[in-house]
Amino acid sequence: MAELRLSAIGKRFGAVQAVQDLDLQVSSGDFIVLLGPSGAGKTTTLRLVAGLESPDQGQVHIGGRDVTTLAPALRNVTFVFQQYSLYPHLSVFENLAFPLRSPLRRLPKGEIRHKVEEVARLLRIEDKLQQPVTRLSGGQMQRVAIGRALVRNPAVTLMDEPLSSLDAKLRDDLRLELKRIQQELGATMLYVTHDQTEAMTMATRIGVLEKGRLVQIGTPRQIYEDPVSSYVASRLGSPRINLVPRSALGKTAAPPSAVTVGLRAEHVGMVGSDGATAREGLPARVLRLESLSDQRLALLVLQGSEQEIAVAVPSDAIVLPGDEVRLQLRRPLWFDVGGQRVRA
Amino acid sequence: MAEIRLENLQKRFGDFIAVREASFTVPDGEFFVLLGPSGCGKTTTLRMIAGLELPTAGRILLDGEDVTYRRASHRDIGFVFQLFALYPHMNVRRNIGFPLKCQGVPRAETRRRVDEVARLLQIEHLLERSVSGLSGGDSQRVALGRAIVRRAKAFMMDEPLGALDTEFRHLMCVELRKLHERIHATTVYVTHDQMEAMAMADTIAVMNGGVVEQLGPPMEVYERPASVFVADFIGAPAMNFLPFEAALGRGARAIRIGEVNVDVPELQEDVSARPLLCGVRPEHVRFADDVLLRARVLGVEYLGSCQIVTLATAGGTTLRAKVGVNVKAARGDHVGLRFDTAAVSLFDQASGRALRTARNGFSRAMRKEAVHG
Repeated sequence: MAELRLSAIGKRFGAVQAVQDLDLQVSSGDFIVLLGPSGAGKTTTLRLVAGLESPDQGQVHIGGRDVTTLAPALRNVTFVFQQYSLYPHLSVFENLAFPLRSPLRRLPKGEIRHKVEEVARLLRIEDKLQQPVTRLSGGQMQRVAIGRALVRNPAVTLMDEPLSSLDAKLRDDLRLELKRIQQELGATMLYVTHDQTEAMTMATRIGVLEKGRLVQIGTPRQIYEDPVSSYVASRLGSPRINLVPRSALGKTAAPPSAVTVGLRAEHVGMVGSDGATAREGLPARVLRLESLSDQRLALLVLQGSEQEIAVAVPSDAIVLPGDEVRLQLRRPLWFDVGGQRVRA
Repeated sequence: MAEIRLENLQKRFGDFIAVREASFTVPDGEFFVLLGPSGCGKTTTLRMIAGLELPTAGRILLDGEDVTYRRASHRDIGFVFQLFALYPHMNVRRNIGFPLKCQGVPRAETRRRVDEVARLLQIEHLLERSVSGLSGGDSQRVALGRAIVRRAKAFMMDEPLGALDTEFRHLMCVELRKLHERIHATTVYVTHDQMEAMAMADTIAVMNGGVVEQLGPPMEVYERPASVFVADFIGAPAMNFLPFEAALGRGARAIRIGEVNVDVPELQEDVSARPLLCGVRPEHVRFADDVLLRARVLGVEYLGSCQIVTLATAGGTTLRAKVGVNVKAARGDHVGLRFDTAAVSLFDQASGRALRTARNGFSRAMRKEAVHG
């Protein structure tokens, strides 16, 4: 059964259609990440689920109940924001216990203590419970904020870029932590980010938003390997996928309606132009080499056009700027004039 | 021509030593990156070169000429800050042309040079627009334009991409590097972001606690780190460190971590018994069935072109491995680990210094020449 179901949701702010005809089902234990650039409608979707906005069209069901017109407090959801909004005058324990002391769900003292300690153990902050939250580091504070959202065992936890205010190292660690906590609790999660690494590493499914529409939803692997459009293909992958007009490809065979080809850097093979296989493949010249730690990239220009393309260089290959090479397209993704995928 | 040379540069603010010792030469036309965490002294070093701070000791030579105590405006250096600092009441053209106006360059000449810079930065279509409506990237291009229009001897850039989001930052890196290849101006660039440094630099100087810990081309700094700090700071995910204790002799080719023998590049110095670290980058960790070094999988992160697997060894050390997308691993699995021997680094735990081995012995000699030569 779906913990959360959005049916044909629409939301307009003045002239801007923020969310359009959006359908989404989130099952119990799912970790759904909504991915898109700013303005794609991710945060609005989250706020519609939370009840912080009400939709112009469509329904929101949580735990099988229509909550479309219900106040936020009655929806059994919790929300973690980018900025950890903790109560600065309270201890870590009191911050975590706060949602359990809500007049809507009175719990006995012993049970509150038990639940808080359980969550604290999961978050690895048991030894900090008596400290004021202001004494914690940024990463610890965000952990408390996450803990506070999970302690109530909500039907759905909503998170709006909860890691983006942390520094890179901490983000790497917390990503894995968050995924572990979610799995151990079996929590149902709807998570919003513009960071593709977060989306790929944590999601059971990624929903890609474009101008308020959900254009594709699937596992990270499906989205990465089998995108429905050039827009989706550009959302995932670092370096960004090469989008090359078909006209720059010379005689390469392509589906009739294809006008663009998407080539991921690791899906292009490169051979020297003097070898035996030199007859085959697309002629190109190396402009420069770029090393991103363990990843070596060659920036090439295709012969007969100005088209530049980034290609991953195997660690044992010797390539120099100015070299003439041949390229082999291993897994080309074809797109039509509107950017939609054309399957060969 | 503009070569920048720093000799024993030092800066104190009261009791606080911001820069303990900085000596290096930036050859003419080089893209030089000062990399380090906040508080390491990189920005102070940059500001001293620009003339915005005076050093406590040492000398700065620009083109062989001592400019240590010369005013910023007399050094002929362009500066780009993290915040764009554009004049909000002027349009793009007047913002870029402003430094020329201050120098009293004739109007026709100013016009010509602004057009040229705008073409270089591909912002010709924005020239008559107000700066207030520009996107972050375009604002930064205008700020860059204002710096390069003067044709200064050298450019100082202080985290110029820090305010942009990740995706866009990478595009701007490529753009900046291309721009550098067209104008070949000596550039000193400050950042705490190792990705920017790796993508753009000819030479990286990694700073920590007011000193330059390592100086070299990006790949050398990455592959042959001179200290634990450098090894840990550069690379994402970071290098793995496995603690062990041993006395090792010159010529040793293996170490013992717990009960397990691990092959390492041949040692080129004698080390008395002490705590050491074995450093391996995630891409040099492989899964193998027939080895004794065992670990449990804590998590698997799929990244499209690779997977990051987080592991815990029997000894309790957490490791990350970067493996192909077709390698099968799941939380709870037990796997054997093998390291690419040639790529292993060894460090002294107390001082953080890298031990001399067949891997880094050669590069150390090279670096000395680079510093003193």
